[in-house]
Amino acid sequence: MALSNIAQLSTARPEEILRPVRPWFIVVTLALALVANLLPLSGVALALRPDFVALVLLYWCIQEPRYVGVGIAWGVGLVMDVGDATLFGQHALAYAFLAYAAEYFRRRVLRFPLWQQAAQVAVLLGLGAGLVLLVRFIGGASVPRWTYAVPPLVGALLWPAVTLALQWPQRPQRSKAEL
Amino acid sequence: MRYIPVEPPAFFHRGPSPLARLAFLGVVSVALLFVDTRYHYLEDVRRVAGAVLYPVQRAAQMPGEALSWLVGYFASQRSLTDDNVALRRQLVESSAVAQGLRAADQENARLRTLLDVKEHHATAVVAVEVLYTSRDPFTQKLFVDKGEDAGIRPGEATIDADGVVGQVTRVFPRMAEVTLVTDKDHAVPVKIQRSGVRSVLYGAGAGRAPELRFMAPSADIQVGDVLVTSGLDGTYPPGLAVARVATLERETGQMFARITCAPLAGVDRSRYLLVLGQAAAAPPRPEEAAEPDVAKKVGKAKRRGAGNP
Repeated sequence: MALSNIAQLSTARPEEILRPVRPWFIVVTLALALVANLLPLSGVALALRPDFVALVLLYWCIQEPRYVGVGIAWGVGLVMDVGDATLFGQHALAYAFLAYAAEYFRRRVLRFPLWQQAAQVAVLLGLGAGLVLLVRFIGGASVPRWTYAVPPLVGALLWPAVTLALQWPQRPQRSKAEL
Repeated sequence: MRYIPVEPPAFFHRGPSPLARLAFLGVVSVALLFVDTRYHYLEDVRRVAGAVLYPVQRAAQMPGEALSWLVGYFASQRSLTDDNVALRRQLVESSAVAQGLRAADQENARLRTLLDVKEHHATAVVAVEVLYTSRDPFTQKLFVDKGEDAGIRPGEATIDADGVVGQVTRVFPRMAEVTLVTDKDHAVPVKIQRSGVRSVLYGAGAGRAPELRFMAPSADIQVGDVLVTSGLDGTYPPGLAVARVATLERETGQMFARITCAPLAGVDRSRYLLVLGQAAAAPPRPEEAAEPDVAKKVGKAKRRGAGNP
C-alpha cells in the first residue's frame, strides 16, 4: 500500500490544479537553502551535504520558469561564491547552466513520477558539479577526493522530499464536504 | 500588400531567450573567473559582499552552537573532573618545559647581545577558534572567528599546540581565512631539525600527504625526521614544527627523491589555534635586479652596434 503510494508520487496528479505560487515564498525558500548551504559542517556531514541552493533553484526553474530563470540562478550563484569563498563566477556559471538545462528539460521531467524525476535530477546536478570541476581544473586546482561525486546523488535522493515540501503550500485544499 | 505583424503580442514578451542569457552570463562568469584567478582584482568586492553576508553566516552557525552548548551543559561531572586532572597534569608538564625554555631564552639573549646579533622580536599572539572548514572541496582552508577586529593581517602564521597549521590568506572584518599547509597552492620553507638541510614543503591537496620536492636522493633525510620552519620567507617565524617525514623513496634512476610528510599539527582536527603576529619586517631585498637589466641593455646595444656599424 505504502509502496504503491510512493511509486505514484508525482508532482501533481492530473485532477489537481496547483494554486499559483507566491513570489515571496520563492525568495524565502532560496534564502533558507542558502543558510543550509552555509551551515558550518565538517567531516562526513560536509561530504554528504547536497547543494541545497542548486536543488531549490532546479525545482523553481522546473516548476515556475516565469519567476526563476537563468538570470536569477546566476545572481544566486554569485552570492554562493562569496559565501563559500570560492572563485568568483564558479557557482554562478554552474547555476546558470543548471537553470538553462532545467528550462530545456522541464516539460519532459514533469511527466515522470518523482523517483524517475530524481534520476534525471541526479544527471543535471552531476553535470553542474562536472562543470565546476572543469572550471577548477583549468584554474589549476588539485583533484578532489572521490567523495566529490556524493553530494549530487544525495541531492537527487532528496528531490522527492524537496518537491513535496516546496509544493505543499500550492496544493489545493479541499474541504471534507467536497470529497 | 498588407502588413502582417511579425512581433508577438506583448503578453508573450520575456526578454532574450534562455540560451542567449546563458551565453551572455556564461561569458561574464568566465571573465570573472579569469580576473579572479589571474589578477585578484575582486578581493575588495569579496570583502564587502562577505561583510554583508556575515549575518547570514552567523545565523547558519547558530544551530550548531546551541547544540554544542546544550551538550556542554549536560556534560557529566565525571568527564569534567577527568578533563581537569588531565589538563592540570599537562599544565605542570608544559610549565616545566616552559621554565627550561625561559632559561634557554635568557641565555640565548645574552649570547646574542654578546655576538651583537639582531634581537628576535617577540610577536603578538591572537587565540582564535575555528568556525568551520571551507566548503570548497578543491582547497584546504579554515575560517576562524577573529579578523580585522583583532588585528589579524594576511600572511600571518597560524599554529596549534603541535605545530604549524597554515597561513592567514584573507581577512574579513570579523573572520579570517587560513590556508592549511596541506593546500595545493601552499608552500612552507622548512629545514630538517636533525641535519639542518633546507627545503620547501609543498601541500598536495585534499587527502594527499605534503611533499618535499627537488631533494637530491643523496640528501641527509631519514623517515621520522622532524621538519621545522626555516624562517627564510619572512612569513613563518623560524623553529616552528611543521611535519614529520613519513615515506622516503630513493630510486637510483630518478633525479629527485620522493619524500612525503605528515603534518604534526592537527590540521583537520584542532579547534583552537594561535595566529602569530608578523615579526619585524624583513630587511628590503638588495637591489640586484638592476644589474641584469643593465647587462641586457648593454648586450642589445652591442648587438645593435654590430648590426649597423
